[in-house]
Order: sequence, then structure tokens, then C-alpha cells
Amino acid sequence: MTDAIEDVESFRLRARTWIRANLRPLEPHETLAPTLALPVQTEEEELAALARERELQRMIFDAGLAGIGFPREYGGQGLTTDHQRAFNAEIVGYEYPARLQAPTFSPCGAVLLDFGTEEQKRRHIPAILKGEEIWMQLLSEPSGGSDVAAALTSAVRDGDDWILNGSKVWTTGASTADWGLCLARTNWDVPKHRGLTVFILPIHQPGIEVHRIEMLNGSTEFCQEFLTDVRVPDSDRIGDVDGGWTVGTRWMFHERMLFNSPFVSIPVGTSPGEVGAASIVNVARDTGRFDDRCVRDLLGEAHMLELVGQTLRRRIGRGVAAGRISEQSAAITRLFAGVSSARKATIAFEIAGPAGAAWTADDGAAASCGDDFLMRQTSCIGGGTTEMARNVISERVLGMPRERTPDRDRPFRDVPRSASNRA
Amino acid sequence: MLLELSSDQEIFRDTTARFLTSRVPISEVRSLRNHPAGFEPDYWREGAELGWTSLLVSEEHGGGSVSGGGLVDLTTIAHEFGVHAAPGPLVPTNVVAGTLSTFGGEAHRPVLESLLAGTSVAAWCFGPAVDTDGRGPAGPRCRIADGEVVLDGVQRPVEAAGQAHHILVTARAEGGLTQILVPTDTAGVSIEPMRTADLTRRFAAVTFDGVRLPVEALVGEPGDADELLEYQLQLAVVIGNAEAVGALQTAFDMTLQWAFDRYSFGRPLASYQELKHRFADQKTWLEACHAVNDAAAAAVDDRSPDAKELVSAAKAFIGDYGSELVQDCVQIHGGIGVTFEHDLHLYLRRVTVNRALYGTPADHRQRISTVLENRKERV
Repeated sequence: MTDAIEDVESFRLRARTWIRANLRPLEPHETLAPTLALPVQTEEEELAALARERELQRMIFDAGLAGIGFPREYGGQGLTTDHQRAFNAEIVGYEYPARLQAPTFSPCGAVLLDFGTEEQKRRHIPAILKGEEIWMQLLSEPSGGSDVAAALTSAVRDGDDWILNGSKVWTTGASTADWGLCLARTNWDVPKHRGLTVFILPIHQPGIEVHRIEMLNGSTEFCQEFLTDVRVPDSDRIGDVDGGWTVGTRWMFHERMLFNSPFVSIPVGTSPGEVGAASIVNVARDTGRFDDRCVRDLLGEAHMLELVGQTLRRRIGRGVAAGRISEQSAAITRLFAGVSSARKATIAFEIAGPAGAAWTADDGAAASCGDDFLMRQTSCIGGGTTEMARNVISERVLGMPRERTPDRDRPFRDVPRSASNRA
Repeated sequence: MLLELSSDQEIFRDTTARFLTSRVPISEVRSLRNHPAGFEPDYWREGAELGWTSLLVSEEHGGGSVSGGGLVDLTTIAHEFGVHAAPGPLVPTNVVAGTLSTFGGEAHRPVLESLLAGTSVAAWCFGPAVDTDGRGPAGPRCRIADGEVVLDGVQRPVEAAGQAHHILVTARAEGGLTQILVPTDTAGVSIEPMRTADLTRRFAAVTFDGVRLPVEALVGEPGDADELLEYQLQLAVVIGNAEAVGALQTAFDMTLQWAFDRYSFGRPLASYQELKHRFADQKTWLEACHAVNDAAAAAVDDRSPDAKELVSAAKAFIGDYGSELVQDCVQIHGGIGVTFEHDLHLYLRRVTVNRALYGTPADHRQRISTVLENRKERV
């Protein structure tokens, strides 16, 4: 037994051979249209799709290809981001467990790996990698938006347990998830960043009520949860009491690094939650406008943005991994992705022409462009707004003066809050 | 430029950086404004000794790369040219040297040797490699008969044509695109200097009027220069981009420092959120410019199938976003930013001229759409 890890090319070949022999190639229609939001599905369809994904993940686990960046002792492969990137190239055009990747493997799995106790890691990471546990993030709150550290969900100590009360929002997959990673306030008498603690908890329990949120395009993927006297044992605490912001910072780093993560499989050339340039080409084909010089200019721009985004993610990912630039630089890729995705949605809508206003199934890839345009700003809002990214880049990367923060040095209970959240 | 250079690459880059700092400080660059060539011959010769012209040339011919990827290595030099707004025909000389080493044969060996030694520079006529929508002249034409090539036509703008001993020309022949190495003192060649937005680089309109040369002047197979021209275009774009990115880096660094130093209404510019957010955008574009051009350079070195689209994506992106970045640097400086006294315009000029050369951003977006169209299968 040596410490040398499998080289990237032999891993690539091993992955390729297995994928081709075991996974179903996608039908053209399955990757046809630009898809901004997740498809509108009934709950039955959603559960069936998820059951299939759990099955696929188990197959991948049994093949020795699951959890590429997770250590071997927790059921992973102990390999690198380069191996993950090779896998991402090989998985293109095949069915794979897309929904399990984020937030289950990262940020949730990655945070467990960073801060979990040995017992927590042994209990959950192998289960995650086998497709047995699906996780969700209980991070944002109705009162908070981008100000995540201003969490109002409280955790109060009760013997060996904690009692949680509050509400979380913009969660995905709450009706199908098994476990959640939750940021809660444990101390109101210190400044906001110093009174937070992270917990893990099973989602399906009486104290958690889940409401679906209908988005303007009909998707009901996002949920809001209400936590009422939810009891969590202290052994399910992640990191130190009142040390939640240390965990939270890393949590959000993993979130921003999803596209350059050793934990997450994302087929090369696809950007979940974005209108992909390749699908915009299909819009041009399906509307018969490929020969229009103006349309070709727009197609060139969309593909340019995609290539630049990919190379930027790689540069920042490698720079952070090598310690050449700070982890805060992840905000650079977040800002670029948000703005360029919005631009690509506009390009797709422009090329679709009148089919962006009214369409039938016969309009092919052009059919969803109107809805996608309505949802355009989601790429600049979800996962931390682009305004937040600009603050991080200017203040944390470039060292420019911080904005005035009246909440920084006073007990959180004395910090002014929105009218709707005043006690 | 790459965030991580190898130690050899770093020494190589740093040697040129120190040379440029001492030989062409910004004050010197300004005074070269009226110099007919834009640079002194010994400046170029000493630069050639530092490896400026040898990276795309094979070891067998006296060249060689630092890392195995000659173009990636060359981008570190080009980056320093941009950082220092340095003079000298880096793009055309390297394109010609690389071409002669790979396709030139024995007949062109002495020219290659003089380029390597830095005792002469070369010009390269950017031919019809980019579909420019019918704009501009159609480019030169040639006939090959009785052991002779006869060349007619006009090409403009041609960098360093007035300083070069040789011009590599792409002409249309009956059989297709053909390349010819033309000594600038050949009868029928006339070179008319043009005005330019750059201070130290020189451009000319070159007219070929019944220029007769022996067939030994041909480079590569006559009628078969399409791929060669495409490769040369990729080289030229990547080198020019790297230079533009170096200029952008300096302009950005200067402007960020200015934002800390300049006070207005009792507080530094850097404390205004509106400006902070613009700096965040600039920083993002700047990193993206580095990233896409480094990826393009590596793809060209590796002869990767995605080289063409990456090169054009880099040119289109750096052209458009780089221009916005440097113009926003001017805006943040205010009036001082558009004076000759301030250094900012030296970088503005470099970025601006490079944007317009070797295909505009719009031309390269068309090239990208052609790549997409040629992908048969739906994705």
C-alpha cells in the first residue's frame, strides 16, 4: 500500500469505462432547452426522480467513484479537484444524480468534513455518499436576506439538548431531505457574529413545518420552514458554541466554490441555474435565425461569457487552493456568474423573438425563454446577492474601507431591525 | 498572467521586467513619441538576448521555450510589455520567427537567425483570416509562374513594416492562400507610415506593385496557407491580449491606489460604495481577462481543438471588457486622466490599439458563432 493517489488520466479512463457501461445516455430533449429554474414537477414526480437519483448514487458508490474529494475513511475516494474535473468531463451526456450534488455533498457534506466530530463524520458522510441521506441548508431567514449573520432563529440550552425556534427560508428540497444544517443564535448579548452556533437535525419531525413557496414561473422548489421547540442533542452541534460564524464563513465559501469543488459533480459545459450557451444555440436553430448576423453576434457573446466564466472559475479555484489568493476571492466567480447568467438569459430571450412572448411545445428550445427571462435576476440574488459579492471583493479582496456597520460592536439584542421583526 | 509561474518562468519574466524598468521607464516611453522607429536598435538586440524572439522557435534552430509551452512563456514577456507600455514589435517578430522555424525551410534560415539575434525585426501582414464583413481592402493577390512569384495589392495597417527587413505576406493565389516572405527593399514595395493611437509602435500601409520574387520566397506550400494563417492569427491574438492584460493590470493598480490617496468631501474615494462596487466589477473583469487568455495560450501551445474558440473568446472579452475597464479608470481619475502628463493614457493607448488589431471583438464573436455552427450535433 502506498500513499500515491491514482493519477488523473487513469481515473478518467476508469470513470469513462464505468459510465458508458452503466449509465443511460440522455435523450436530446432532456438537455434541449435553456433551464433557469428547476422544472415544474408534481410531488410524486419529484419523489420518483429523487428515488432514481438515490439509486444512481448507490451505483456510483459501489463502483468506487462517489465522493471524489472525500477521504477514503469516510467512503470517499481521497482524490483531488482535478479528478473531479475529469469526472465532470466524462459524465457529460449521461444520466447522473444531479439533485444530490448541492447542497448535500457541498456545502453540507463539506462542512461536516471541515468541522464535524469523528463520530458525526462516520455517521453521516458514508450515508451521504451512498445516497441514503439527502441534506438541506437552514441558513437564510425571512428577516435576513444577505445579512446571514443576523439570524434570529434561537437555540436555548436545556440540559444536554438545545431547543430551537424560528424560521428559515429559500431552502430547496425540504419535503425530500433527510437532514438539515442549521445556523442559530445561541447568545444575544454579544455582537452578531459571536453569538451563533451550527447544528444538524433530522427534517422530518413534529416541530418542523414546511411551506412551499410558489415562484413566479410556477416552480415550488423553494420552501420556508417553521421550527417550534425542536430538540437537538448537543452531540449534533457542529463546531463550538458561539463559534457558528467560523463554520458559516466556510459554509458560504463552499457554496461559492460549487463549480470548482472536489465534492460536486457538474457536467462540463452545464451550469445548473443558468441559461447555458449551448442551449441558446438551440434557440437560434429552432427559430431559424442562425444565419442572422446579429443573432450570430449574440451567440458569440453568450459562448464567450461561458468560456470566460469557466476559465475564471479554474483560475480562482487553483489560486485559492494554492494559497496564492484569499478564499474571499470566490466572490469574484460568484459576481461573474451572476451577471453573465443574467446577460445570457437576455440573449436567449432576444433570439427567441415573439416566441418569448407566447409559445407552444412546437417552439422547441425557444419555448421557455420568456419564463426564464422573468426569472433572470435569480442568478444575481440566490447564494448571496451580487451586491454582497461586490462588497466582499472591494473590502476583503481589495482592502477598501468597510461600510459603516452599526451592528458590529454592540450586543445583537440591541441592533436595530426591520419593522416586521421588532419584538 | 498565470497566478503561479514555475520558478524558471518567474526568473525569465522578472529579468525582462527589470530590463524594461531600467531601459524604458515611463519618462523614456514618453520621449520615444517622436522617434521614427519607436525604439533603439540596441534595446531590441538586448531584449532578444533575454529571449524575446526565441520562444516560438525550435531548439534545433536556436530557440526553445522555458516551460515546454513557448506561447505561455511568451505571454509572460508580453505581459511585462503591457505593464511597462514598452516599445518594440513583439507580436509580428514572434509570429514570423515561429512560422519560419516551423515552415520556413533552409532558404529562410538567415532571416530567422537575424530575428533570433535581434539584429532585425519582421512585419506580418494580417491576411483575410477574420471575416470582416467585407470591410477593408481584399488584401494582396499573387501569381506563381516560371519560378517566380508576382505580388500585387495593399495591406494596412502593418505593424513595424517601416522598421522590418522582411514582411510575411498572405496573398490570394489561384490555388488558395499563399504566404511569401518579402524583403522590404524589393522593387515594387512601398511603405507609407500611418498615424496611430500608440506612442511607440509604428504602423504603415504597404503597397505591392508587381513585386517579383523567386519561388524560394514562398513559406509553406503555395495555396495551402489557411491553417498556417489561422495559427499565426491565434499567436498574434494571444500575444497582443497578454500585452493588453498587462496594461490593464497597471491601469487598475494605479487607479486603485488613486482611490485610496484622493480625498473628496473629506473622505477617500475608496470609501464610496458606488466606487467600491465599480472596482469590484473591474477586478472581476481583470481576473477574467487573465484567466481566459492564459487558457487560450495553453490551448494554442497544446494544439487543442478548442484553441480557436478560446482565442476568439479572449479577444472579444478583453477587447470589450478591457476597454470598459480602462475607460472607467479614466473616469475615476477625472480630468487628470485625459492629460498627456498623466501616465494612464499610455495604458489606455495599448489596450485601445490592441482591441482594434487582428479582428475586433465583433469579428471574433462571429468566429465563435462559426465554431458553434460547425458543431453538428445538438447539445
